[in-house]
Amino acid sequence: MMDVGRHPRVKVLTLSEVTSVKGYVGNFDVTVHKKARLVDENECTACGICTEDCPVVMPDEFNMGLSSRKAIYIPFPQAVPSAYVINPEECLGSDPIICGKCMKACEKGCIDFDMKDREIELKVGTVIVATGMDVYDPQEMDEYGYTRYENVITSMEFERLINAGGPTKGEIIRFTDRRAPRSIAFIQCVGSRSSKKGGPYCSNICCMNTVKDTLMLKEHYPEMDVKVFYIDIMAFGKGFEDLFRRSKGEGVRYIRGLPGQIREDPDTKNLVLTVENTATNELEKHDAEMVVLSLGVKPREDAKGTQEMLTLQTTSDGFYLEAHPKLQPVDSATKGIFFAGCAESPKDIKDSVTQASASSARAMRLMNSGEITIEAITAIVNEKKCKVCGICVKVCPYNAITLDKDNKIPAHVNEAACSGCGTCAAECPTDAITMRHFTDIQIESQIDSILEEDPADKILTFACNWCSYAGADFAGVSRLQYPPQVRLIRTMCSGRVDKKFIWRAFEKGAPVVLVSGCHFGDCHYIDANHWTQKRIEKIWKRMKKLGIRKERLQLEWISAAEGVRFSGVMKKMAELKATVTSEEIEDTRRLLEKQKRGK
Amino acid sequence: MAESSSGELRIGVYVCHCGLNIAGTVDCDAVARFAEGLANVVISKENEYICSEPGQQLIQDDIKEHGLNRVVVASCSPRLHEPTFRRACSQAGLNPYLMEMANLREQCSWVHSSQPREATEKAKDLVKAAISRVRALEPQEEMKVPVAKSSLVIGGGVAGIQAALDLADSGYQVYLVEKKPSIGGIMAQLDKTFPTMDCSI
Ligand code: SF4
Ligand code: SF4
Ligand code: SF4
Ligand code: SF4
Repeated sequence: MMDVGRHPRVKVLTLSEVTSVKGYVGNFDVTVHKKARLVDENECTACGICTEDCPVVMPDEFNMGLSSRKAIYIPFPQAVPSAYVINPEECLGSDPIICGKCMKACEKGCIDFDMKDREIELKVGTVIVATGMDVYDPQEMDEYGYTRYENVITSMEFERLINAGGPTKGEIIRFTDRRAPRSIAFIQCVGSRSSKKGGPYCSNICCMNTVKDTLMLKEHYPEMDVKVFYIDIMAFGKGFEDLFRRSKGEGVRYIRGLPGQIREDPDTKNLVLTVENTATNELEKHDAEMVVLSLGVKPREDAKGTQEMLTLQTTSDGFYLEAHPKLQPVDSATKGIFFAGCAESPKDIKDSVTQASASSARAMRLMNSGEITIEAITAIVNEKKCKVCGICVKVCPYNAITLDKDNKIPAHVNEAACSGCGTCAAECPTDAITMRHFTDIQIESQIDSILEEDPADKILTFACNWCSYAGADFAGVSRLQYPPQVRLIRTMCSGRVDKKFIWRAFEKGAPVVLVSGCHFGDCHYIDANHWTQKRIEKIWKRMKKLGIRKERLQLEWISAAEGVRFSGVMKKMAELKATVTSEEIEDTRRLLEKQKRGK
Repeated sequence: MAESSSGELRIGVYVCHCGLNIAGTVDCDAVARFAEGLANVVISKENEYICSEPGQQLIQDDIKEHGLNRVVVASCSPRLHEPTFRRACSQAGLNPYLMEMANLREQCSWVHSSQPREATEKAKDLVKAAISRVRALEPQEEMKVPVAKSSLVIGGGVAGIQAALDLADSGYQVYLVEKKPSIGGIMAQLDKTFPTMDCSI
């Protein structure tokens, strides 16, 4: 921690939040909002004199509210930067009539109430997302009585109590009578492995954390009666089984089964746990003077915001999704963005460090040569065909297109800024835009080929590279079966799917057509899929006008993690296809042909 | 169109077994023979593992020997191996954008494993569509852009700190952004940590 604070090439920005990331791999433009600390972090020597006179007393979040701090405080003794901070929401103010005591106390004059929030602009080549996780809040678990019984505490609170630097200097005490409990019960999987409360997944760290806690207890209090209630003890890592055995050797009792209920004796404030021991199949009652809830881990509350800002994807549990579960475990699907730590899934310190080193190596691999090759999938404008209508400028999520309406200067694509979604090419009314490697002719040749034989049997599906095509791959990896009539045409983004592709498919006898892409907010090209939706809605309207059943064109959002959903949608498409008769297909074909000739 | 710009089309088709991953369901021989009969296909071969070194070598040799100017690899998802085969083609002097993949594994053999006959028919159709597409492909030049040798690390917990140190020690500029007034994250709140039972800070 100290090393990073002192490193000449690391700029630590605390009280800071990334508010926007624009650009592309190798060239990200980042805006950081840095809140005013109101204390000069370079000058402050962390002497602490300023806190003495501060009249505002607040619960100390670092100690889980088990101790207090002032409105001007240092988060914890080893904090980096080693400087005090004022919480402006708690502070009474610098006006000498009201307060301003700290300012008077600090002779060095580090306290500056005029300090303003700042916007910092950065240019970076790569981004590492190490946003971490939140700890499960057990308040909804009424059966364990966390909100009602004072001697039921969380594993995080326990952590602060047993810490020599914590509020009790390492003593475990009961809140009700300030003495060490004679017996302690740990309850595992609080907020984990449950479909009802918390997450359905294993939080990975809580079992070993409890094993560690029991060993520390046995060291401090050899006589204490320590029990652990669990579903399974997950001790799969290197050295883990050893610790677990040591804990059992020290006399810690492991009881298989989670308590259904905890009750407090109103006089002694002791707790009674009722549990079905699944090893013996007996209903048992256990007494404990203190209960520790071993909390699980969940995605950060602000994970969604970061996800949208960086166009990331998540698995159904809310943790970020890696580009490939085995072969690219620290890459995101967006080039140049990597994951480290619990943002991707719950993990312990060793795994977090391993993953962090892996992602920094992956990042260096990209930056090392000083230049990067951009895939040649970009838009090109044919200036002669361009009518300077400005539609492409409006739809481009990357502001990559410029034109000058007044001077009739046709559209121009900045190749370095173009990410290749193809939305402009799909929307241009005069077909003036060519999408390299995904040209109209290339895509139409796939449509024609698929519908050349038995078109009535085919389920033509447009799938975007990042979400629905990846979802189809995931269905494959999971061996989920679906009807073999499905044919996918891959485009980078659903925004590329030109309306004329869809009309062409119906013209060639397609019974049904599916356009699929990323969920809103997941779109790899910021929000290009909004244009897909608008376009499809227009086509539906037109279909209705022409008397073509609009159900025959479907739009579905399927994420890269939704293999199950993909195969489900495909089954639904097959059912839909079964409702389309050959007469219906033929009518549509004739109708569209007539239309075309009419034009 | 492509034909006029690059003369006669000469397509090579490679149907991958992926061990039994594809060949266990799809009749790869039938698919390769079917492709052989399609217009512009000069050679059509099966291979045990086309992504292997000898597999890639086979494609490269054929490009040179038979003057192939289009390649279709019918194997797994392009999301996995498109870079592999693009590189192989490019090393053999063929523009990498003249290679197309047909996804016979993730989107065929694995999802229709109980219907080998239908899966084989679908595989043929997928290869046919890929051949249609490859006919229309054009060579592309990739653009090189400079890369900023700096990283943004979002989050100053144990993972962020480690990533920042690794990058900075290797000579890259790092910006470590943390919401709270101090870095350290949840790790800083822990006393001893498993499995070594030592202090975490
Ligand atoms: S000015 Fe604010 S921070 Fe300073 S002593 Fe008064 S209340 Fe505390
Ligand atoms: S949408 Fe097409 S016609 Fe309109 S400005 Fe863009 S390129 Fe020109
Ligand atoms: S392809 Fe997409 S990113 Fe590129 S210019 Fe067109 S709309 Fe913009
Ligand atoms: S190319 Fe793909 S399908 Fe073929 S062996 Fe390699 S992994 Fe398997």
